[in-house]
Amino acid sequence: MTALLEVTELTTRFPMAGKEVPIVDALDFEVGRGEVLALVGESGSGKSMTALSLMRLVPKPGRVASGSVRLDGEELLNLPVRAMRRVRGAGVAMIFQEPMTSLNPVMRVGEQVVEAIRLHERVGRSAALDRCRRLFEQVGIPDAAERVHAYPHQLSGGLKQRVMIAMALSARPRLLIADEPTTALDVTVQAQILRLLRDIQEETDMSILLITHDLGIVNEIADRVAVLYAGRIVETAPRTALFENPMHPYTQGLLRSMPALALSGRRLPEIPGVVPSPSDWPTGCRFASRCSKVMAVCEGVLPEFRVQGPGHDVACYALQEAASRGEKKGVQQQEGAS
Amino acid sequence: MGAYVIRRLGYGAIVVFGVLFLLFILFFTVTSPDDIARKALGERVPPAVVEQWKINHGYDKPLFPAPGQWADNMLVEHYRRMLTFDFGRSDADDTPILERIRKGMGPSLALTIPLFVLSLLVAIPLALLVAFFRETYIDRAGVILAVLAMSVSVLLYIIGAQYLVGKVLHWFPISGFDSNPQVVVRFLALPIMIGVANGLGGDIRFYRTVFLEESNTDYVRTARAKGCGEVRIMSRHVFRNSLIPLLTRIVVAIPFLFTGSLLLESFFGIPGLGAITVDAIQGNDFSVLRTMVYIGSLLFVVGQILTDLSYALVDPRVRLE
Amino acid sequence: MESHLISNGIVLVMLFGTAATIWAVRRSRLWSSAFVSLWHRRRLALLVTAVYVGVALLDSVAWVGGDSLGGDTVSLHEARSVIDRVFGGSQEKSYSAPLATTEFYGGRGLRYPGGHWLGTDMIGRDVFYLTLKGARVALLIGGLTSLIAIPLALLFGISAGYFGGRIDDVVFFLMTTLASMPGLLLLIALIMVMGKSTLAVCVALAVTGWVGFCRVSRGETLKLRELEFVSAARALGVSEFQILTRHILPNLMHLVIITFVLMFSGLVLSEAILSWLGIGVDGSWGQMIDQARNELSRDPIVWWNIAASGAALFGLILAVNFVGDALRDVLDPRTVKDEK
Repeated sequence: MTALLEVTELTTRFPMAGKEVPIVDALDFEVGRGEVLALVGESGSGKSMTALSLMRLVPKPGRVASGSVRLDGEELLNLPVRAMRRVRGAGVAMIFQEPMTSLNPVMRVGEQVVEAIRLHERVGRSAALDRCRRLFEQVGIPDAAERVHAYPHQLSGGLKQRVMIAMALSARPRLLIADEPTTALDVTVQAQILRLLRDIQEETDMSILLITHDLGIVNEIADRVAVLYAGRIVETAPRTALFENPMHPYTQGLLRSMPALALSGRRLPEIPGVVPSPSDWPTGCRFASRCSKVMAVCEGVLPEFRVQGPGHDVACYALQEAASRGEKKGVQQQEGAS
Repeated sequence: MGAYVIRRLGYGAIVVFGVLFLLFILFFTVTSPDDIARKALGERVPPAVVEQWKINHGYDKPLFPAPGQWADNMLVEHYRRMLTFDFGRSDADDTPILERIRKGMGPSLALTIPLFVLSLLVAIPLALLVAFFRETYIDRAGVILAVLAMSVSVLLYIIGAQYLVGKVLHWFPISGFDSNPQVVVRFLALPIMIGVANGLGGDIRFYRTVFLEESNTDYVRTARAKGCGEVRIMSRHVFRNSLIPLLTRIVVAIPFLFTGSLLLESFFGIPGLGAITVDAIQGNDFSVLRTMVYIGSLLFVVGQILTDLSYALVDPRVRLE
Repeated sequence: MESHLISNGIVLVMLFGTAATIWAVRRSRLWSSAFVSLWHRRRLALLVTAVYVGVALLDSVAWVGGDSLGGDTVSLHEARSVIDRVFGGSQEKSYSAPLATTEFYGGRGLRYPGGHWLGTDMIGRDVFYLTLKGARVALLIGGLTSLIAIPLALLFGISAGYFGGRIDDVVFFLMTTLASMPGLLLLIALIMVMGKSTLAVCVALAVTGWVGFCRVSRGETLKLRELEFVSAARALGVSEFQILTRHILPNLMHLVIITFVLMFSGLVLSEAILSWLGIGVDGSWGQMIDQARNELSRDPIVWWNIAASGAALFGLILAVNFVGDALRDVLDPRTVKDEK
């Protein structure tokens, strides 16, 4: 069986400083059925733009330039506008970072969920409202029966994000894209929302593409992780493999700078330098300027992916170098034995 | 709600007091009653005639309160007359001002109400259309046309249209008014068309900016992500949110419908309040001008209160407290 | 002092001001990059504006003496500007069409056959010459008014926003009161009580026009006051005056520029309306349009007067509007909205 979402060579360009710059550059990844894939990266790495590219909601003047996005084998990038609209919400739903501004301030929240339901199903207004109440209960909104009549400004940030989740669930999507769903919330509320997402994922068996910069969240909820740096994926691995054995120097740096993993009392190690701006990305490996293991070859051409373990792919010359040295060593040993 | 309205009215009253004070400064101290009399009578009139004119027109009291005259002076008199709508007589031709205003309101409204409604009906859909096609050539052409239209002086619109219709096309009479509704339509058609054309550029540009600002919001992205079509997004999400800024511009204008239009009325011979004002300017009729400014300010204050109240209708976040 | 000496002085000051501005712009990266992108976007509009300014400046530099072009001796003792000396003095007796050799009505020969590119008006003045002279009047209206209104608005807006409390209450009340009076009527009332003169028109336009910018600068000051660098300066014991001049005022400069440009076209258009009401400034395009009103009902019609003044007015307003729009996009996309 194929994966639910297959993304190949996805490239999204924005005009910047006189040329079209690939903000998202030839991404390859998959999200399996019932899987939670975390897309991790710093701000400016292109992770939100990746999410919007999947939904074909890249704001102008940007555009998805090339590549392929398949949902259940169906290509989304060349779907007619009308068919794509049916995919949004019913096939792939999305929740955003800012629950404060992501709801329409002049519409009652129930009305907004009802709209989402009725966009994809022929149901009456009152039936939709009933379902909205049940969705509110499902996502743990207290007093759901009354809260459907509330306006967004009458709800707290956490409740608003629950409304967003209810809205996203309303058309029973196969994939939920959650773009930094907890960043704008208080720490205690963050944990509740994450647990809710996990529970719902288990109940409904939908897949989740979680976009975040927070490795703590990744550790709590993800099955698999893809690390994004400057528009490119540098490493993908199952969660445990990534946390126990990070291979790309950037991933290693990220993990070292995580407070929970660092030795207490020590200063948190940081990755020197900043993410280069998209208009002056180098032709070689984009991490080269900040990498401690940089070699001459890194500055020339982008490194290719190599399998480094079960489901563990990394794009780094240093590893390939080490591996080939290891192979050579093995060969020499064999020769010596013979 | 009730308390809010009372507080709002209270502030409005204070503003009206301020306006009246400014008017007093302008029309009684910067230009003294003597100046006004001289303008009405001519420079070479003997002082006795000037004094008699001042008595006849109620300008004969000392300007400011002084011991023994706390109530009997021009300042108090000015407030009393204005607040009781006792506007007195015209400085130029002795006609009662209130009577003229009452007569002028009808023709003014006959011009301004259709003009107002038509402007909205033309400008808002056009602006929605332009905003709908944002970042395309339609949008760019729309904006350039709007700026072009805004850059033409209203005088040129009027003169041009009068020439075109009056001398070349002969569709409508170029000037005049009639109390018979069936006849008056022919007189009003041209000024209304010119009024709409003159405001269109600025209106479209303003509405477009508002619509575009709303279309770049997060909740519009949410609506797209749940599968809303663009037309539905415009009509249900963008338009409803845009009403808040739109109302500021629209509701405030409603009271001014009563005061008519200076230029259109006098160019097209419509005997409304605008034409009365123009006559007052050309005839140095200070009492009429003073009254018109006062009525305009009064209507503006009313418009402000109406605007604040109307916010509560369209924006659930606003509560009148 | 002789009025031509004053206007010569103003030209000098303006040239110095421009030089100082160019120097300042070149030093600041923000402003120079803003200007470069403005130049890329609106080259034509900027050039057109520059032509108008150039003509206005040429009409502002004046001196006494030289030859009298029209053959009359009075002009020898009057100060005449560059424009007067180059284009003036070709007086006819009545209307003549553009480039005509005879008078329009009657057909008598002209003193300068073919010399009037845009014809002559009712009393025989060269329309091209009058149109050129209108540029100075238009820029005077916009410039002088802004020179009164903008400092006034800044003073009130900043003090209201920065000091708050009573000062804010008073300024806010003043703004509400002035804003409550219908603009055009207040304008007319002011000019009528002050008497008709260029200065009166500009003062009246300034009094009715400063409120909008005062509101903007008050709001912006309120925002700036809460920012970290201002609090930090205050905590370090920097005096209020220094905070205002070093931190608040420079951060309002972009709004001043945008407001000036956006206000300019509105002022010139308002003057045209005032001219039509008979209380405008002498020699403005508005006045030419007003005088030309009846010419369209003549037979055969006289069209060049209104065409020339109307086109000159339209060209300036259009160029300034385009520059203003682009300037707003370049410097500040949000804060200044259409105030109408």
